[in-house]
Amino acid sequence: MGNAVPRFWREIPQRYSLVGTKCKVCNRVFFPQREVCPYCRRKSIGKMEEIKLKGEGKVLTYTIIYTPPSNFEGQAPYAVAIVELDEGPRVTSQIVDCDLDRIKIGMRVKATFRRIQEDGDTGAIYYGYKFRPVEDFEGNENKGKTG
Amino acid sequence: MREVAIIGVGLTKFGELWDKSFRNLITEAGSKAILDAGISGSEIDALYVGSMSAGRFVGQEHVGALVADSSGLSSMHIPATRVESACASGGMALRQAYIAVASGMHDIVVVGGVEKMTDVVGGEATNILAMAADQEWEAFFGVTFPALYAMIARRHMHEYGTTREQLAQVAVKNHENGLLNPEAQFHRKITIEDVINAPMVADPLTLLDCSPISDGAAALILCPLDRAKDYTDKIVKIIGAGQASDSLALHGREDICTFRATVNAARMAYEQAGIKPTDIDVAEVHDCFTIAEILAIEDLGFVKKGEGGKAVEEGRTARDGDIPINPSGGLKAKGHPVGATGVAQVAEIVLQLRGEAGERQIKDARIGLAHNIGGSGASCTVHIMEVA
Amino acid sequence: MPMDKVGIVSYGAFIPRHRIKVEEIASTWGKRAEEIKRGLAVYEKSVPSLDEDVATISVEAARAALARCDIDPRDIGAIYVGSESHPYAVKPTGTIVGEAIGATPNLMAADYEFACKAGTAAIQNCIALIKADMIKYGLAIGADTAQSAPGDALEYTAAAGGAAFIIGKDKVIATINDTCSFTTDTPDFWRREARKYPRHGGRFTGNPAYFRHIMGAARMLMEKVGTEPGDYDYAVFHQPNGKFPVVVARRLGFKDEQIKEGLLTPYIGNTYSGSSPLGLAAVLDVAKPGDRIFLASYGSGAGSDAFDITVTDEMESFPREKAPSVRQLIERKSYVSYAVYAKYRDLLYWE
Repeated sequence: MGNAVPRFWREIPQRYSLVGTKCKVCNRVFFPQREVCPYCRRKSIGKMEEIKLKGEGKVLTYTIIYTPPSNFEGQAPYAVAIVELDEGPRVTSQIVDCDLDRIKIGMRVKATFRRIQEDGDTGAIYYGYKFRPVEDFEGNENKGKTG
Repeated sequence: MREVAIIGVGLTKFGELWDKSFRNLITEAGSKAILDAGISGSEIDALYVGSMSAGRFVGQEHVGALVADSSGLSSMHIPATRVESACASGGMALRQAYIAVASGMHDIVVVGGVEKMTDVVGGEATNILAMAADQEWEAFFGVTFPALYAMIARRHMHEYGTTREQLAQVAVKNHENGLLNPEAQFHRKITIEDVINAPMVADPLTLLDCSPISDGAAALILCPLDRAKDYTDKIVKIIGAGQASDSLALHGREDICTFRATVNAARMAYEQAGIKPTDIDVAEVHDCFTIAEILAIEDLGFVKKGEGGKAVEEGRTARDGDIPINPSGGLKAKGHPVGATGVAQVAEIVLQLRGEAGERQIKDARIGLAHNIGGSGASCTVHIMEVA
Repeated sequence: MPMDKVGIVSYGAFIPRHRIKVEEIASTWGKRAEEIKRGLAVYEKSVPSLDEDVATISVEAARAALARCDIDPRDIGAIYVGSESHPYAVKPTGTIVGEAIGATPNLMAADYEFACKAGTAAIQNCIALIKADMIKYGLAIGADTAQSAPGDALEYTAAAGGAAFIIGKDKVIATINDTCSFTTDTPDFWRREARKYPRHGGRFTGNPAYFRHIMGAARMLMEKVGTEPGDYDYAVFHQPNGKFPVVVARRLGFKDEQIKEGLLTPYIGNTYSGSSPLGLAAVLDVAKPGDRIFLASYGSGAGSDAFDITVTDEMESFPREKAPSVRQLIERKSYVSYAVYAKYRDLLYWE
């Protein structure tokens, strides 16, 4: 991300706590935050309020990346997914704490706080959300080797 | 709005062209187009060029001026405009040029597309390409371009039963076509097994599901239709020029397996041309990844949603099929210098419609379509050409 | 001086998912695993992933604590995170946690370091602020992703994990009746600025360090409060391995059954600043109203914080199930090889 500290800092409520916005006209929830509702458009100006999402949802689709971008070397292979949150919005992030061969479309997941990337050895560390399987603590079936 | 013809076509070879610089490439393509059209540089009224990321690939911005200068046109002080829309930069540059000529603002306009991707190390090229995705909400988390398309592929397989082999067949077919294209990057036959067993990039896509990193450039000369006969008797005209946009991030789409940008750009082009998908004889579509070609033939209306895999498997999109797709070899075998692709696709269609496509000629091609996508489907241009 | 119902309002824990077995480490270095397991009474330890650190562990533990109570995070007036592996040498972990739980900006914060007892020192500070009526709630966290030099004895135990405690006066589930600390300048284990791995004094870390300070603090507290080991239902000691806490308990007169529930090191290793806090959390997971808990942490350098705690009737309605228990966290695991461990712990160098 280079020297992007202010750009990251500005988004902390969204990155740390999944704070989105809700259109008070149609009640749709958006994440990341929007200043204008794409459905109500002009009518929604000034009528968007912040709403903290619960961070729970299901996997819509996923893939396992074997060829990562340069600052994610060492993490590969890792899984990324599009998660449909219960409130409606969809987000893209990594799936963690899960054996790669157990990830399934439809799997229930929950947001967890993780290091996303850092600006080399001397730069800032950027935190954010990744998703772990919800069944993790109910049943403990999710065991095995990870790499 | 007046009708617009394409009177000249120029292409460089696509590939890892160590000896050619960014400036060499665009000048070569432009020169070939000018010679093909039989015009002199002084007749050119304006220049449009598509380039995704000259800034990051070769450290150079201000590309419009640069290209006019390298082409020897700076002494004429013509308007030179660089257009950017990730991998749809070329198609979008063409549409801007088309609008300029159709509106009467300019007469003879040259359109170029160029990308020099091999001056940076491979990993860096991947990072630069990822700038076509949503930096804050996709790339930030370690998502790569292949990963986005892999997620589309997985969902498509889940919803429609598309198989791994059907995806692979797209690459196999395009490589077969590429064998007959002298300017293609790859002249190599591959099998479905080769594709499936190639190094894994983002499950389920392997290296052979992905278009390569390439250098290259392409150029077209546009002119008002009523003057085209002064330059050529094999006149090809643009009958439809559509463009559309969609959410930047893949997760913002209504349906992950449909590129509404394609659907809308195509509808715009079909309506303008007054034709239906079944009227298309040949198409060059944006196969940045094998799944992208399957989505394209569905979203362009050639087959129903979900049936793209079957169509490829049945050979319908081969050169001798009922809907020949990517006779040039597509992005997969021909190469994908991103800014150049949109222009190169149209160049291929022009050659096909003129009957100048050599061994890969599609018989009786009279109406052709070129489809160019930016990023994971956030932008799209569709151009339809017809023999005049 | 009794502390008037100041105590723990809620608590939460977090342990990373990966584990490495003693056998795996021993075979890499050509050592005999059975001897090490017997000597240290440790079987495996927790390993943080590349994307985990003290900030992420602290946030997860803090969020777990908040999930079990209904306080407004904005009423947390102070956050202290104690660790010897803060992600930054300069830039506090506490503010990252503060933002992540929504406690900013009306908040006092600073990071603590006192080897393995930084977390309990944080608890003491929160107690003082509550008692002084300066804040409504305080959040004290002890967490670590402990570092150990490859091939060093510490490699078998240096682990990762943490626990968070919300301290306050309302709806307290366990009162902290009293606390005191036994502190001297005893350099038994240290890590110099900008160095990657700590060094230690070998056997010097035993009697003059660990045992002297824990026993000093324990005796000081029991005298102050007027109790004996038999008065407690549970005892939690700092647990650098599975042996030391058993020995110190016996020396003080505690029985093995009293320390059993809070003894976690054999299964997850030594989580350093998370060590006795996690032990306390494990006890709170099962404790009943009226149970009395003794806690003595230990931090090299050196010092021990002792606490006398009584579980209240509030515990009856305390929704423990709203966050994973320490047992559940221990049982959620996935093993890695030494090679993967080396990659995660940054023992391999790459650019």
